[in-house]
Amino acid sequence: MKRTWVACALLASLAAWAQPKSAADGIAEYRKMLEDGNPAELFEARGEALWKQKRGPKNASLEACDLGKGPGVVKGAWVEMPRHFADTGRVQDLESRLLTCMETLQGFSAAEIAKTPFGRDEQKNVTALATWIAASSRGMKFSLPQGHPEERRFYELGKRAFFFRGGPMDFSCASCHGEAGKRIRLQDLPMLTKNPGDGIGFAAWPAYRVSNGEMWSMQLRLNDCFRQQRFPYPGFASEMTIALGSYMGVNAKGAESIAPAIKR
Amino acid sequence: MADPMRIRAQVAGDKATVRVLMAHEMETGQRKDAAGKTIPAWHIQDVTAQHNGKTVMTAQWGPAVSKNPFLQFNVKGAKAGDKITVSWVDNRGDKRSDEATVS
Repeated sequence: MKRTWVACALLASLAAWAQPKSAADGIAEYRKMLEDGNPAELFEARGEALWKQKRGPKNASLEACDLGKGPGVVKGAWVEMPRHFADTGRVQDLESRLLTCMETLQGFSAAEIAKTPFGRDEQKNVTALATWIAASSRGMKFSLPQGHPEERRFYELGKRAFFFRGGPMDFSCASCHGEAGKRIRLQDLPMLTKNPGDGIGFAAWPAYRVSNGEMWSMQLRLNDCFRQQRFPYPGFASEMTIALGSYMGVNAKGAESIAPAIKR
Repeated sequence: MADPMRIRAQVAGDKATVRVLMAHEMETGQRKDAAGKTIPAWHIQDVTAQHNGKTVMTAQWGPAVSKNPFLQFNVKGAKAGDKITVSWVDNRGDKRSDEATVS
């Protein structure tokens, strides 16, 4: 009799262990359903059209823009950024590089666009362009160049920023993204000090946010991380944001990009 | 003029599955802006789908439909090469019509 009891208890515990669907599974399932109609595609289409369209005071397209793989080469550019550019002498991420191209080729004022709030005027176009360019490298693996001393300096700078604690809550990026298995409410937080896996963390952005219907590029993602830490907002395409991009990008080496992704 | 829609139509057995993404703000008319003023409603009102020029579906939409809506439906008897046209009209009278070929 006792033995059957034990057997029953074992069976019950096994069933209980196999059955419950965790919150993470539920969210994964929900995302799977949304993937079929990811509105990021609309931004992709807009970005592609903007790339080819003659615009700005100089009435030129962006097709001569060098994203690091030669003028006009878009495919594969996203998984190798931020990188050092000889013509500007700076390490640049995708958005700051777009600002440079929009200024030199099209005659827009980069400083003006950087000051514009997200989702308005030219800033909206930068996001659409970034979405399309990132999407062109979908399925490719991150491999940021680290040959130039400036690129290595940016990685180190990003690392320092990542672990820098401050603000009213004494937070750093590492408080949330420094170890595996953490989450905020139902959102899993990727560990960004190493490669978190394909399509996770750095490899998942730009992404469409279903809850507010916005397209988020890496710059906006970082901007919101600063807000959540109650830090002052970083300047758009500032050295700090690019350095953090370098740090996460180099750490994500080998991770497959799924951008543009879809988020809750 | 509104941004183009993305339409995909694929044959699945004796029908075709059509997936449509529309670029639209879909403002409900319930939200207020930073100054406290109501943002006027602005949303798609009528959606029509045509299969080779024949209307196969009409829909009336309201403020409850999400921003950048996604629509999926099946068209019975649609074959590869057929034309699927989707059009919408919003409450400001703005319209958009896009066509896709069933594959």
